[in-house]
Amino acid sequence: MVHERAGAGVSEALGAGARPELELVGVGKTFQSRHASTLALTDINLSLEREEFVTIVGQSGCGKTTLLRILAGLVPPSEGDVKAAGRPLWIGGTRDREAVSKLGLVFQEPNLFPWYSIEDNIALPLKLRGLAKQQRRARARELCDMVGLAGFERAYPRELSGGMRQRAAIARALSYRPEILLMDEPFGALDALTRDKMNLELQAIAAATHATVVLVTHSITEAVFLGDRVVLLSPRPGRIRSVTCVGFGRPRQLDLQSQPEFQDIARELRHQLNEDADGS
Amino acid sequence: MDRDKLLKWLPWVSTPVLLIAILGIWKFATVAFGISRFVLPPPEDVATALVSLVQQPDVWLVQVRTTLAETVIGFSSGLVAGVFVGAVLGRVLWLERAVRPVVVTLQVIPKVALIPLFVIWFGFGMTAKIAVAAILAFFPIMLNVLLGVRSVERGHREVMRSLDAGRWQTFRSLDFHSTLPYVFAGMEVGIVFALIGAIVGEYLGGNQGLGYMVVVSLNALDAPKLFAVIILLAALGSVLFFAVNLIKRWTIPWHESVIEKTGA
Repeated sequence: MVHERAGAGVSEALGAGARPELELVGVGKTFQSRHASTLALTDINLSLEREEFVTIVGQSGCGKTTLLRILAGLVPPSEGDVKAAGRPLWIGGTRDREAVSKLGLVFQEPNLFPWYSIEDNIALPLKLRGLAKQQRRARARELCDMVGLAGFERAYPRELSGGMRQRAAIARALSYRPEILLMDEPFGALDALTRDKMNLELQAIAAATHATVVLVTHSITEAVFLGDRVVLLSPRPGRIRSVTCVGFGRPRQLDLQSQPEFQDIARELRHQLNEDADGS
Repeated sequence: MDRDKLLKWLPWVSTPVLLIAILGIWKFATVAFGISRFVLPPPEDVATALVSLVQQPDVWLVQVRTTLAETVIGFSSGLVAGVFVGAVLGRVLWLERAVRPVVVTLQVIPKVALIPLFVIWFGFGMTAKIAVAAILAFFPIMLNVLLGVRSVERGHREVMRSLDAGRWQTFRSLDFHSTLPYVFAGMEVGIVFALIGAIVGEYLGGNQGLGYMVVVSLNALDAPKLFAVIILLAALGSVLFFAVNLIKRWTIPWHESVIEKTGA
């Protein structure tokens, strides 16, 4: 059992006074059905510093999506506490609106509304916040430039490729400048080349927006390439198997993936994943 | 590219060709088989009858107007009721369960069988026909809306939830737009059904409307006029359907059913 508690090291390096941006304490989730209760997640303790990029990797069915949904406030944890931007996400059975407003969520599917233009899709969160049309439009244009969708503001989602739709979904999540960006396998449906390109762009976006990012993926390469730390989840029940610090400087280039140091980390993580697969 | 263009132009060529072919076979049948003029009048007789029909102001101002008014008013009432009931039953699960047996029973009743009842209740005027048109339009619209409000994509709902949207906001940005294509699908069926309701209503009672004219022509054994009125009814049905279709194209230009499909 390898158990690198590198997370603690990062906290110390940033100084004891820094408040964690996102904090999970003893989080667990049990799904109740009529006949059985399934323990999906247990004893998740994780704390993210501001502007940190943490990737969560694991086999399918290890509870990584559930973990992200708990972080996003879509489902309440069965036990433990979640804090976002210093505020508890759940108080009793209700979500804290202030905490939720600091979160931006990108799903596996772009989930754009087909009846809105790209611009209106991106600006939807701003509309819900009551911003005037002109401000919404200005911000949408700005974001289109940032994610490489300039010229497609008036297009409908169906007119865009899968990669472009996911860019629009990221722009939508960024529109209200959330402090924390949560992403659930955002590039899982894209081909390898587009995926590499999106990874580079995501890195640039994270740097430009100073957002704290949690990205769930089943690709070890993606996890190591993007993450400051890689959290590996073991299945049944989902729990943190290891936390690996990835110290490469930024911005990272795609060449990095062929370097021995990178491959060593990836190999070790793959080894851990395989051990889990054999053991279960 | 060439193939797409050809496909686009094809109906403009094929439709006149088909029409001429049908007219030719029709004419041929009346000449070659000596079919009685009372059974199948030759096309030129029908054309003459149609021309004289459309030249009478009375046909437009009374007959067409009556049938059109019954259809449109009945359709509109059925639309309002159908959207409302469909939306409520779609959202309130226990209510839908409670009334489902009754709804299914009502749905399988041949609605035109109720027309004599409506005549007893509402008399021989327009009201009875409007009621039939409304009931016939109601069911397809209600059922489509019921399906529509339940077919909102889960992922879209989660987007609204993750953005902490309120109920009204979620309705306005999501449920409303997501259900509209279903409303229009129901409307396209409903408008045709409403016209059927109005005409059958006129068959069975009253002294106005194109359906009434059909009965009068039949009693007078005036086959050319009978054919002419039926052609007028077909035209009216087409106009109504394409009006609904046009509103759909304006309202939901983003929807798949509106996008031109070619065999690419």
